[in-house]
Amino acid sequence: MIRLQEVSKLYRTERVETTALDNINLEIEKGELISIMGPSGCGKSTLLNLMGLLDEPSQGKVAIDGKTIDRYGDRDLAKVRNERLGFIFQQFHLVSDLSVADNVEIPLLYRKMTNKERRRAALAALDRVGLSSRTRHFPTQLSGGQQQRVAIARAIVGKPGILLADEPTGNLDSQMGDEIMGILEDLNQNEKTTIVMVTHDPRLAEKTHRVIRLFDGRQVQ
Amino acid sequence: MIRNYLKVALKVLGRRKFFTFISLFGISVTLLVLMVATAMLDQVFAPEAPEVHGDRTLGIYQIGLRSEQIGYTGFAGYGLLDRVLRNLTTEVPAVERTSILTVQSTAISYLDGKRVESWFKRTDGEFWRILDFQFLEGQPFSQDDEKNGNHVAVINASTRDRFFGGKPAVGKTIAIDGQTFRVVGVVKDVPVLRVVAFSDVWVPISTFKSSTYHQDYIGNFMAILLARSSSDFPAIQSEVATRMKAAEAGIPNKEMYKWITGGADTLLGAFSRIFFSTNSLADSHPERLLGVLLLIMLLFMILPTVNLVNINLSRILDRSSEIGVRKAFGASSWALVGQFVVENVFLTLIGAGIGLVLAGAVLSALNASGAIPYSDLHLNARVFLYGLAIALFFGLFSGVYPAWRMSKLHPVQALRGRQV
Repeated sequence: MIRLQEVSKLYRTERVETTALDNINLEIEKGELISIMGPSGCGKSTLLNLMGLLDEPSQGKVAIDGKTIDRYGDRDLAKVRNERLGFIFQQFHLVSDLSVADNVEIPLLYRKMTNKERRRAALAALDRVGLSSRTRHFPTQLSGGQQQRVAIARAIVGKPGILLADEPTGNLDSQMGDEIMGILEDLNQNEKTTIVMVTHDPRLAEKTHRVIRLFDGRQVQ
Repeated sequence: MIRNYLKVALKVLGRRKFFTFISLFGISVTLLVLMVATAMLDQVFAPEAPEVHGDRTLGIYQIGLRSEQIGYTGFAGYGLLDRVLRNLTTEVPAVERTSILTVQSTAISYLDGKRVESWFKRTDGEFWRILDFQFLEGQPFSQDDEKNGNHVAVINASTRDRFFGGKPAVGKTIAIDGQTFRVVGVVKDVPVLRVVAFSDVWVPISTFKSSTYHQDYIGNFMAILLARSSSDFPAIQSEVATRMKAAEAGIPNKEMYKWITGGADTLLGAFSRIFFSTNSLADSHPERLLGVLLLIMLLFMILPTVNLVNINLSRILDRSSEIGVRKAFGASSWALVGQFVVENVFLTLIGAGIGLVLAGAVLSALNASGAIPYSDLHLNARVFLYGLAIALFFGLFSGVYPAWRMSKLHPVQALRGRQV
């Protein structure tokens, strides 16, 4: 489903060249629940961004559903992100000016759908994460756990095959974190959604099928 | 999708009140000035009563007399205009009617021992058939009145109020400019900006105290020519140019002036001729004046547009997290450009609405102040469409560049809150 072949990522400034990822080879199958672990600055988020087509590798190839992405233009990349990928961020990144339901609708704005269809899908996604009573609220009126559930609803509303979560529980207490992890496990088991999750929390990593460990940009396990 | 964009736009406007105020102030004041200016231009040039046929009217508004040494530019004498226009309607079927009239001047009357000034214009009978005045009483004087030198007058409503206390005036006499006239008609006031039609009192040309004007090439006369269609203008202008050239033979002071400049123009063409000092007999190049007016308008709009671009850049880049999210969830760069342009057009349309209301208030105040005699400035559909076009110009030009800069934001950097 996701394949990284000899992928490296370098960041260059005028004076320094930093290797964020070095020769990563990785294959993730459909329906897997995977965690990426490692110390801060080891390249976890960079790896997730490359899988999510939010960044481009300096070397190597990224393939989604068997298609190599290296020659995709802006519009094609946007289409793959929209249809195949869903993102969950540590900082939630909800649009504060929009209501909960409007936030969840965002991925559907870039698809050919009527307003009614969008709203119906958004309400269903919010129901799925247990927030159907908060659709008219604004993000600042919700707790951290509720905001992250809205973010999950936004990530799954377009029914993507792959969810990429960057420390989804990093800003939450352990109880809230467990709740969010429960939703992700449920999505993986019942909807066969492939989930790749960056985490620092070994308790959460234990619940995943496979752990990828990084150290200084290299894959160590 | 548009609904979602507009929701965000409204929220952003409410969130950053100071920037919103600055943006709306710039847009609305600029539009206010432009809309007041276009309302004035409309009053001068648009084919509205009494100049309803303005779109198929040419005029000989100013002429020039030249020699190698000296030159005169100004209004023509009756003799020249009469010579140029004589038999024109019979010889050139494209010309429906012609009329000769004086430029309005002030004339003195005494009311109860008090000196009163009125605008005064002498015309022929055809004047009333080319222009469509709204008569409140009576009727215009005729070509026969002009031929026979009848001392009759048409006055406007304000003059009736001044001289007759607003009571019916037809049949009564009015003493003006040392002559007495019998009022035959009363018309609605005409704004001063209607340069051909405007006056307080209109009387036949033949009531001049002396008949020496018959020979003059220099004077205070102008002429209007009603064409059957504006498509006939080039042919008529060419014919008038030929007749002007032929009239050079009859220049009274041949030792002073040798040739004539100027021709039949549209009103815009006449302004163009004055603005550019064009001497051509046949063409005054009104398109050049339009170009200059457009350039002035563009220059006037550049400053607020640049200001808006800067405000928009800072406003948009403040929202880098939202940009990152939208990109992550499938927005292409073009979709984002579209979103921010829609938002900006929405903002400018609000500004246009405010500008429109302000312009309406300013025009009403101008009308009420009497600064422009009998002005009837108003926001009609045409002025509104100008305003809308100007607002869209603002919205697009001040929105496209910031939107394009923003759309180039890398999604990862955008999510981290970094700027381009």
